[in-house]
Amino acid sequence: MAVPVGNALFGDNYLSHAKGWKSWLFTLDHKRIGVMYLVSILASFLLGGVFALLIRMELWTPQRTIMDAQTYNQMFTLHGAAMIFLFIIPGIPAALGNFVLPLMLGAKDVAFPRLNLLSYYLWVVGALLALVSIITGAVDTGWTFYTPYSTTTNTSVISMTLGAFILGFSSIFTGINFIVSIHKLRPPSMTWFKMPLFLWGLYGTAIIQILATPVLGITLLLLIAERALGVGIFDPALGGDPVLFQHFFWFYSHPAVYIMILPAMGVISELVSTFSHRHIFGYRFIAMSSIAIAIISFLVWGHHMFVSGQSNLASLIFSILTFLVAIPSAVKVFNWVATMYKGEVELATPMLYALAFLFLFGIGGLTGLFLGALATDVHLTDTYFVVAHFHYTMFGGTAIAFFGGLFYWWPKITGRLYRETWSRVAAFLIFIGFNTTFLAQFIMGAQGMPRRYYNYLPEFAPYHRVSTIGAFLLAIGFVMAAGVLLHSLYAGAPAPANPWGAATLEWQTTSPPPHDNFKTQPSPGDPYDVDRWVFDRSAGGYVLAASAAGGGNA
Amino acid sequence: MHSAESHVAHHFPHAKAQVEAGKLGMWIFLATEILLFGGLFCAYAVYRANHPEIFVYAHHFLNKILGGINTVVLICSSFTMAWAVRAAQLSQQDKLVRLLAVTIFCGFVFLGIKYVEYEHKWKEGLLWGKRYKPVHQELTKPKDVPPPKPLPWVNPEEQSTLPPPAVPPQGLSPEVKGFSQEGVVPQNVQLFFSVYFLMTGLHGLHVVAGMVVLFWVLLRARRGQFSSAYFTPVDLAGLYWHLVDLIWIYLFPLLYLIH
Amino acid sequence: MEEHSTMFHVVPMRVLVAVWLALMVLTVITVAATWVDLGSFNLWLAMAIATLKASLVVLYFMHMRYDHPFNAIVFIGALLFVMLFVGLALIDTRAYQPELIPGYAPGMGGKS
Repeated sequence: MAVPVGNALFGDNYLSHAKGWKSWLFTLDHKRIGVMYLVSILASFLLGGVFALLIRMELWTPQRTIMDAQTYNQMFTLHGAAMIFLFIIPGIPAALGNFVLPLMLGAKDVAFPRLNLLSYYLWVVGALLALVSIITGAVDTGWTFYTPYSTTTNTSVISMTLGAFILGFSSIFTGINFIVSIHKLRPPSMTWFKMPLFLWGLYGTAIIQILATPVLGITLLLLIAERALGVGIFDPALGGDPVLFQHFFWFYSHPAVYIMILPAMGVISELVSTFSHRHIFGYRFIAMSSIAIAIISFLVWGHHMFVSGQSNLASLIFSILTFLVAIPSAVKVFNWVATMYKGEVELATPMLYALAFLFLFGIGGLTGLFLGALATDVHLTDTYFVVAHFHYTMFGGTAIAFFGGLFYWWPKITGRLYRETWSRVAAFLIFIGFNTTFLAQFIMGAQGMPRRYYNYLPEFAPYHRVSTIGAFLLAIGFVMAAGVLLHSLYAGAPAPANPWGAATLEWQTTSPPPHDNFKTQPSPGDPYDVDRWVFDRSAGGYVLAASAAGGGNA
Repeated sequence: MHSAESHVAHHFPHAKAQVEAGKLGMWIFLATEILLFGGLFCAYAVYRANHPEIFVYAHHFLNKILGGINTVVLICSSFTMAWAVRAAQLSQQDKLVRLLAVTIFCGFVFLGIKYVEYEHKWKEGLLWGKRYKPVHQELTKPKDVPPPKPLPWVNPEEQSTLPPPAVPPQGLSPEVKGFSQEGVVPQNVQLFFSVYFLMTGLHGLHVVAGMVVLFWVLLRARRGQFSSAYFTPVDLAGLYWHLVDLIWIYLFPLLYLIH
Repeated sequence: MEEHSTMFHVVPMRVLVAVWLALMVLTVITVAATWVDLGSFNLWLAMAIATLKASLVVLYFMHMRYDHPFNAIVFIGALLFVMLFVGLALIDTRAYQPELIPGYAPGMGGKS
């Protein structure tokens, strides 16, 4: 079997396959759609990041620093909505997943390419609608749209929720595509337990996208009906129940945090195995824990409602169930650590992100237990402790894994290698900046600093200042990382087919891949049998051991 | 003229995989539809469980006969749809066109009857939430609303510096004794009509969407595009139409036949 | 024609007609059942009949009986998750109902 080893940057590849802007806007190629998603999602990340910096600048002093209170409310709504709906939820599945999933399956495309393109345009429409309505309509509800405030505030909640509704459709279509692709396009020789773990992660994610997102859809429709027609389902003055809104909202939004973290865990599984140059430890446990997390994620939504009028009975049930999530999550972490044990750990940039993930997600997960316990949650709820907790899981978990994945697949996507030294410095800065920003928030949260407040007591000022300084360090790290990637686009060395020595199928085609993904159909084997791959100096990357022995000519 | 292979997209290994992928995709989409309606069923269950008197009282204002006729109409349309899929599978193209037309016609009948029901509610003022203003006087006001009890922990002697609580509204209060008895109008009847209009409204939108899809399939069927070699669009549109029927099968007893 | 037998299943006409007739009869039974007072059992009876009708539609009109079993898993899974959602929300709202103060709901301000 001939596995291509070379670079196709100057030959036939998906980027050079067709020219002109129309060939991009109307493309059905999952790789190009993935790249369009990637660009849009990174733009949203930039936006959300700028809002975060503005929030942190405002919080430099206990009183007004740079903006008034109304603008501040708008800013944190913008930050939350942009980061959650536009960056974290679609980030790994829609951008990286779209690009990688068919390649990992050895397939030519996802099952429904037109649906895939539609999902991208729905994302664009939804994103524009949401952003425009927050900016011009001054939406200040936070990303949770709690009633009764969201039904009474004078801001353009309707167009904002309509935007989120459309984004939900985009997410559902991606989920449908992934499940069907994994079921129907998997080559016969790739059994379920021969599938890369990233695909298991995406499969679990797709299950949640399909089962939870429609409930968000109906919640938002009800909210729109409430505002536009006054149906009163959530309005106590008309006999409705505002707590029911929170049940509706969190039935989606708690599983949604696993839409965010599951694909991230999938990425980490790939990174840890590849850069430890060792077969993944406990494959079946990691695979099954993805599905377990997907299912359990539906059983715990009430832990967001401990202090919002939920009954003690339900709080107890949800609190107990919440602790269950720790089990499959810990199963994954232990297996990753066991994979690294006695492996040849190579501290390449993606691996640095993976290690940062283990550290940060560990803290995020453990502080989650404090919040899942009823007694401590009553004290900590709605404080900066919660803010720090979910930033450690969402940012320290998902976003860090996203960037790990981006650096990992970057040579495959663009056909270029980036400068390792500088990208490692950037990763290090991000890690330091992140911890500076959010460790301070844990401390002030535990001391009682409430979240979302515009003014605060002067004794919290030192913590806020440390946090703001950390945020700027973080920003510098990201600017540097962006610089490294942009620099590689025009000055990077051509990437070999398999620069890291990974055994999954996407590395068995040229970098960047041709339009049809594979010139010769790859034969899937064990996706973590990394020992078959040896470094070949003449190819600049890894080649199959057999072909290296047979001359190693590229 | 149309062989099975000519419809296979480049990324599917063979026709069977493509057909099965389409079906699986449709079933997953139907799952999302079930969850979407699931939200409304949840709202229904919560309010009916906690305020059964509202539902028992208000469902009398729905027309069981019209609801029953509509159920029959939808079941018939489901039957003609299933028959249409069979016709497509057997390459009976004229029959396919006729059966699709009958199915769409049934959709129109359903919407027509629904329109009659809605118009009647509109005239009676039996609308959702804020718009609930019954024309008949005996429905406007619950009789004998007991004065709200003072909050149990408030000592009436003490004067609070806080403003008094808002005018006691009818909101979330649990069932007040005596209200579920015969001849007494319960509080918050508008809640039933909110649920009714939301559920039937969303269902009606799905009927319209299904009819649009069926019309598109009908146009393609008239051009003779479907045969035993390729009938996936008929099949998938059919699945969607049956789901619309399924939801109505539950809505009918839940809204019209409350005991 | 041999290929067709593996590609799809044609439901016999008499099965379609039988299902259609059964659905009609069950609709009549549902309506008739409301004339008999069975207490809270009425609701469960109505739901049981509706589920029977739905099963007929799904199994025969929607070909689930002849389809890939995974499609059935998707469908039943969706129903289970709806039940989970409704069930837990019901448990909670039932449990806090007695804690509400008669005639007073917090946060209800002036009616607008």
